[in-house]
Amino acid sequence: MRPYTDQSGPAASPSSGDAVPDRPTAAVAAVERPVAAGDRRRKWRSRRYRWDTKYSPYAFVAPFFVFFAAFGVFPLLYTGWSSLHRVSLSAPNDMEWVGLHNYTRLLEDEFFWNALRNTFTIGVLSTVPQLLMALGIAHLLNYRLRASAFFRVAILTPYATSVAAATLVFVLLFGRDYGMINWALEGVGLGKVDWQSGTLSSQVAVSTIVIWRWTGYNALIYLAAMQAVPNDLYESAALDGATRWQQFLHVTIPSLRPTILFTVVVSTIGATQLFGEPLLFGGAGGQKGGASHQFQTLGLYLYEQGWFNFHLGRASAIAWAMFLILLIVAGVHLLIARRLRKSQ
Amino acid sequence: MRTSTRTRRRAVVVAAVVALGAGLLGGCAEDSDEGTGGSGGGKENAQGKTTLEIGTFGVFGYKQAGLYDEYMKLNPDIVIKEDVTERNDTYYPELLTHLAANSGLQDIQAVEVGNINEIVTTQADKFEDLSKAPGVDKANWLDWKWAQGSTKDGRTVALGTDIGPMGLCYRKDLFKKAGLPTDREAVGKLWAGDWQKYVDAGKQYKAKGPKGTTFTDSAAGLFAAVNNGYAERFYDAGGELIYKDSPAVKTAWDLAMQAAEGGLTAKLKQFDKAWDQAYANGTFATVSCPPWMLGYIKEKAGTAGEDQWDVAAAPKPANWGGSFIGVPKAGKNKAEAIKLAAWLTAPEQQAKLFDKQASFPSTPPAYEMDVVSGAKNPYFGDAPTGQLFAEAAKGIPTLVIGPKDQQIGTAFGDVGILQVEQQGKSPAEGWKAALKEIDNAVDG
Repeated sequence: MRPYTDQSGPAASPSSGDAVPDRPTAAVAAVERPVAAGDRRRKWRSRRYRWDTKYSPYAFVAPFFVFFAAFGVFPLLYTGWSSLHRVSLSAPNDMEWVGLHNYTRLLEDEFFWNALRNTFTIGVLSTVPQLLMALGIAHLLNYRLRASAFFRVAILTPYATSVAAATLVFVLLFGRDYGMINWALEGVGLGKVDWQSGTLSSQVAVSTIVIWRWTGYNALIYLAAMQAVPNDLYESAALDGATRWQQFLHVTIPSLRPTILFTVVVSTIGATQLFGEPLLFGGAGGQKGGASHQFQTLGLYLYEQGWFNFHLGRASAIAWAMFLILLIVAGVHLLIARRLRKSQ
Repeated sequence: MRTSTRTRRRAVVVAAVVALGAGLLGGCAEDSDEGTGGSGGGKENAQGKTTLEIGTFGVFGYKQAGLYDEYMKLNPDIVIKEDVTERNDTYYPELLTHLAANSGLQDIQAVEVGNINEIVTTQADKFEDLSKAPGVDKANWLDWKWAQGSTKDGRTVALGTDIGPMGLCYRKDLFKKAGLPTDREAVGKLWAGDWQKYVDAGKQYKAKGPKGTTFTDSAAGLFAAVNNGYAERFYDAGGELIYKDSPAVKTAWDLAMQAAEGGLTAKLKQFDKAWDQAYANGTFATVSCPPWMLGYIKEKAGTAGEDQWDVAAAPKPANWGGSFIGVPKAGKNKAEAIKLAAWLTAPEQQAKLFDKQASFPSTPPAYEMDVVSGAKNPYFGDAPTGQLFAEAAKGIPTLVIGPKDQQIGTAFGDVGILQVEQQGKSPAEGWKAALKEIDNAVDG
């Protein structure tokens, strides 16, 4: 590093630090010092200034990328590397090269396909009602309401609850023998439901937890977008005799299109990675996702393979398969978005 | 002025980069320090004391029983710190990765019985040999417990702490209503020697017992209890997988199916929330219970279950649970750690632990001590638990445990049996599902 010789004192070069370094300056310093030295100094300074404007933005963004490389890219690549090996958690340093075996094995692995199917159905069961309800709630909150701030905060509280706490409460609610929901069902004459044992019932239960936690969050995003819709649109729609419902359908929804797409993408990613809710819903030994794996998601299957069966290589292959699935989903979203834009 | 702003800005950038860089490096340094130096022990504090750290899971009870305090009083130069992970499923994978990385290890590490085989067969070279350590006498331990913690060539990787000799806990009030004996001697005789007799008693209970209650909690619990009484269940002595047709698994499966299909169980999964609630509501009459389970029952059944529960001998002696402690080679105070491990597992300390925490000693000399031989449990009708469990402990066979024992047991219990019990599938379907599950787990 070159020392900042010319800056031994800021006062010594009061006028030389210019925004446009190429402009010749009547340097005070030049009077006091030999001209040649001043020139060199100026050149050096201007070069440093160019470097500053050129490179310091990179320095500013660097911390993020350093962290991202350490905790994002490296694990991603290392997972990819270990997915090509046979690795056991009991000896994670002994890696045996097996090529694509872990992937070809997944293709024939019915547990994997079952998990993929469950991830999809739970994803649909949770995302669709969630976003529809969020839209409705946002619409209601968009009206002039008393204590609207209170409602907005209230709607977000489930999001601020920890997954574990929320899920444990839902486990009690959905309990077979002593659950409140079954108690209510019996009260109205419908029989008890063994929520955890059935395929559909368990998936509905897990979806309920997801819906409960995320509806408010999405509602708030929709609300923000709705408040950006210009009032003139509603006024002219009202002048044309459109009812509230028609306004919602023909003004609000089209204006919200990009926001809706955004929430769909985010919810899809969340649904693909669903883990905590089914794990805790399963109780003791929850990584299996039920006796027949009826609510085992991809995340749970990955966890079971890696941390319960100790097959790290296979777990890595599942992780990469999930990543590829997300890429495909993102691609589909992109196509739809493009189509939507064209149709507009 | 411009210069100074720019200088200031540059200074801020430099400061930010330096701070972040230092933060990163600091993070690493802190980490490695914790890995090899700090938690690894060897930290000497101002008074020149040596800190020993013990990594455990669940409730080992050393601290609660005052054993650390006692040791520190005996050895004023030692400070003991305990690092507790709540669940073994979290603790054990962590231990494995720490062993692989040779860092982050405590001076003493606990190992659960379900994992001890894997540690002994795959990680033995990472642990100190404790067989000839001062204060360790092989003769003190039950043979099978000693054998489980040692390699074939006689290195002892970990010393036995507690064991889980099984009894059978039953509710006197429910037994009375079902016309079954309530006296613990008579109850023990009812099924002595054969689990089939236990299931038969269950059938009688089903016919006459109070409505809304069942004979036992879960078919999987029965399956495990029967299996644990054999020397070979999933693996034979040569390390080969025999679960498909070992007599242990066959007998246990058959009994579990009888219980599941005959409606003798409450269709619960052990350690689930609903299981706890069933204790509180007193809706099942029996459960196989090692000593550590007594405290669990007392906690969950609460005052409502007071004087209702009692404990009798199980049909056959069997072991459920228990742990070991070993000294990793990567630790810094190995000599002191070995001394502490030997002291903690000595019969005297195991007896004290039983007295305070109900962890049953794996060292028979402790059974002769008053705190064990005279122990009675007031919650369970003053049952002489010390004698009862000591009797069971002596009859326990040396169970062969293999590396995938836990996964196989779970496949049978949480998948195969549960499908029959909760989802109404046929035993053949359940068996097939369990085998498929095991294939997926043991396949490299």
